[in-house]
Amino acid sequence: MADNNPFPGENNTGHIWDDNIRELSNPPPRWWMIAFWASVIWWIVYGVLYPMWPIGQQPTQGIIGWSQMDEYRQGVDEVEAVRAEFETRIKGMTAKDILADSGLSQYTVASVKVLFGDNCAACHGSGGQGGPGFPVLADDDWLFGGAIENIGQSITMGRKGIMTAHSKILSDAEVDGLANAILGGNPTSDPNFAQKGCVACHGMDGKGMAVLGSANLTDGIYRFVPAEGESLLDSIKHTIKNGVNDVTEPKTREAVMPSFSGRLSENDIKKLAVYVYKFGSGQ
Amino acid sequence: MSGKENTASEHSVVDDLYTESGHWNLNTGEETIHAKRMGGYWRNIKWLSASAWIIFFIGPYFQWGNRQAVLFDIPHRQFHILGVTVLPQDFWMLSLTLLFFALLLAVATALAGRIFCGFFCFQTIWTDVFTWLEENLEGNPQKRRRLEKAPWSFSKIRIKTTKHLMWLLISVFTGISFVAWFYDVFDLWRDLFLLQAGSVAYGTIALFTAGTYLMAGFMREQVCFWLCPYARIQGVMIDKTTVVPSYDFHRGEPRGRLRKGQPEEERTTGDCVDCKQCIAVCPTGVDIRHGQQEGCIMCALCIDACDEVMEKIGRPKGLVRFESYESLEANKRPHPLYKRPRVWVYSAIMSLALFGIAYGLTSLAPLELKVIHDRQPLFVLQSDGSIQNKYTLKILNKMTADIAVTISAEGPEGLVMVDEDLVTTARRGKVTARTVFVRVPKPLLSAETTPMVFSVQGEYDGQLLQSSRQSVFIGPKR
Repeated sequence: MADNNPFPGENNTGHIWDDNIRELSNPPPRWWMIAFWASVIWWIVYGVLYPMWPIGQQPTQGIIGWSQMDEYRQGVDEVEAVRAEFETRIKGMTAKDILADSGLSQYTVASVKVLFGDNCAACHGSGGQGGPGFPVLADDDWLFGGAIENIGQSITMGRKGIMTAHSKILSDAEVDGLANAILGGNPTSDPNFAQKGCVACHGMDGKGMAVLGSANLTDGIYRFVPAEGESLLDSIKHTIKNGVNDVTEPKTREAVMPSFSGRLSENDIKKLAVYVYKFGSGQ
Repeated sequence: MSGKENTASEHSVVDDLYTESGHWNLNTGEETIHAKRMGGYWRNIKWLSASAWIIFFIGPYFQWGNRQAVLFDIPHRQFHILGVTVLPQDFWMLSLTLLFFALLLAVATALAGRIFCGFFCFQTIWTDVFTWLEENLEGNPQKRRRLEKAPWSFSKIRIKTTKHLMWLLISVFTGISFVAWFYDVFDLWRDLFLLQAGSVAYGTIALFTAGTYLMAGFMREQVCFWLCPYARIQGVMIDKTTVVPSYDFHRGEPRGRLRKGQPEEERTTGDCVDCKQCIAVCPTGVDIRHGQQEGCIMCALCIDACDEVMEKIGRPKGLVRFESYESLEANKRPHPLYKRPRVWVYSAIMSLALFGIAYGLTSLAPLELKVIHDRQPLFVLQSDGSIQNKYTLKILNKMTADIAVTISAEGPEGLVMVDEDLVTTARRGKVTARTVFVRVPKPLLSAETTPMVFSVQGEYDGQLLQSSRQSVFIGPKR
């Protein structure tokens, strides 16, 4: 091509279109070349200092010995160091003592959120709002007591309340009467409440007993919420007829809180108790 | 028109482009521009405008009360400007400030072209100071070029070393002065001497030193040509009515050398004697006689140069002068200001921004309340039949002392706030969070969401401080 270059003496590359549009071989601007070589040098220096070349099983390690994992571990250690002060104090304290200390309870609420998410939120909801068939933790209605010790015990030992199925003991009409009395918020108004032995577990006033885990039947808060399309009255009747955790009754309500003593440390349980208490209505 | 003619005319257009590009000498840094320095009216104005940058160096040393008058305290998220302390929460004012200055640039450019570039820009000023030093050490442009080509000798090394040391000194001082706006200046000097300043401080000083040294010492006009976005943006803000340094081609053309002894009435050439002094003094190396061009930073030094020549040869001054293209072209009077809507629009936006900043600065609330309604659950039924909502209140205290505050809630009938009497300490300069429970008896709720208001009150220095925030109370579906 160079032989018949129509523009002799010009620094064109010999690529010519439409007779006179041609590619010239002008060098890039000086500043561009400086920046280009500077980045090449940067790349080499970086490759020497930091892990870079994928040779063999392990890439080259870089002479300053930096690694992402080390940086991560350092970060974790830093966080642990900040937490250590609080953690050592918490170790020697009961949950009640932690609650009394506003700084520590603030720390606990902030730090144990993840633990609650991992272990409790699946059933009780991320904010203790409960779920279908699982108790709400944010209200002040506690089956087994809302004192901080009770909450701690519930987590450690787990809970399993029992209510006998009454379908063989009570007639349909009797169940109907009792259910309506409960729905009205005044279970004791039905004489059967005392006569058929409900009072044994739910108490003379129908407000339940924390030691047994029996429900308060007067406050309009229900442990078992109606299924889709079911009325509240039917749901109450279902509970009376089939009981709770009654092994002889296949349609019985299931309500089991597992024990966490094997899964979580005593310290973690203590902190979780504080967290749950702080949902708002610990007693 | 036949196809053949068409091709021919296209060819000539392309050929014209090539011819033009052949004459277009574009310096991309291969050639150091050694501009001649001469005195004059605009030269003095330039020193005057440059002296505004003295504030950059001495500003941090001014004190206000017991602290630095202007300090952008990033670690503590506090920005002290004279008597005012601005927290990041009030940073919307910064955007208005930026808007104001952006529009100030726009309006200045629309009126008088790139005068910011020519008279105020740090790149221009620092380069000017650097070349001033160069001139004093190495001599005039001819001597400088000769020194550049001269073989290395003791005196060349001495001169060059002195120059670069002085450049570096200015650069380091520039870096330190910049950091001093963000770091108590006396602490900074102490920490620097004791080698105790943080890595961010050292890094920033190093970056500014390197930047100043390279850009003002070596890259100079190349920064304006290729690096600076404002230089390019300003190009589109200039129109025919903008007053810019221009060569009066009606008066100047055709150029011709001055002939001694020729009577004035026999002269056939224009006023321009083609002495090329305007090119010699230009810090970016452009020829103003080619008209408005990207390299021109409108520093007006060519006006000084031309005026001096005109004075010497007895022709009227102002062959190169601040003039709009419109008045040069048609010999018209300059376009009146009120007929230029863009100037009005720019000014209107600028005043709006100023009003906003003034409003912001005069109404900085010492306490600010934010309310976050808990989402899960939105509400719970309590055993006494009331509905409970949970809120996280964030109290921002912009004062310099901790304040004891109480929180109250107002809303639907029967509303009760748990622990209403509890006093919270709002920490100074920080956000303090507190969880608040509010209860309303279920029968008293008439809607799913009811508006309510939280208020925070505190007392500081005998002055009652208060802030409120609207929120909602959520109950079950009706």
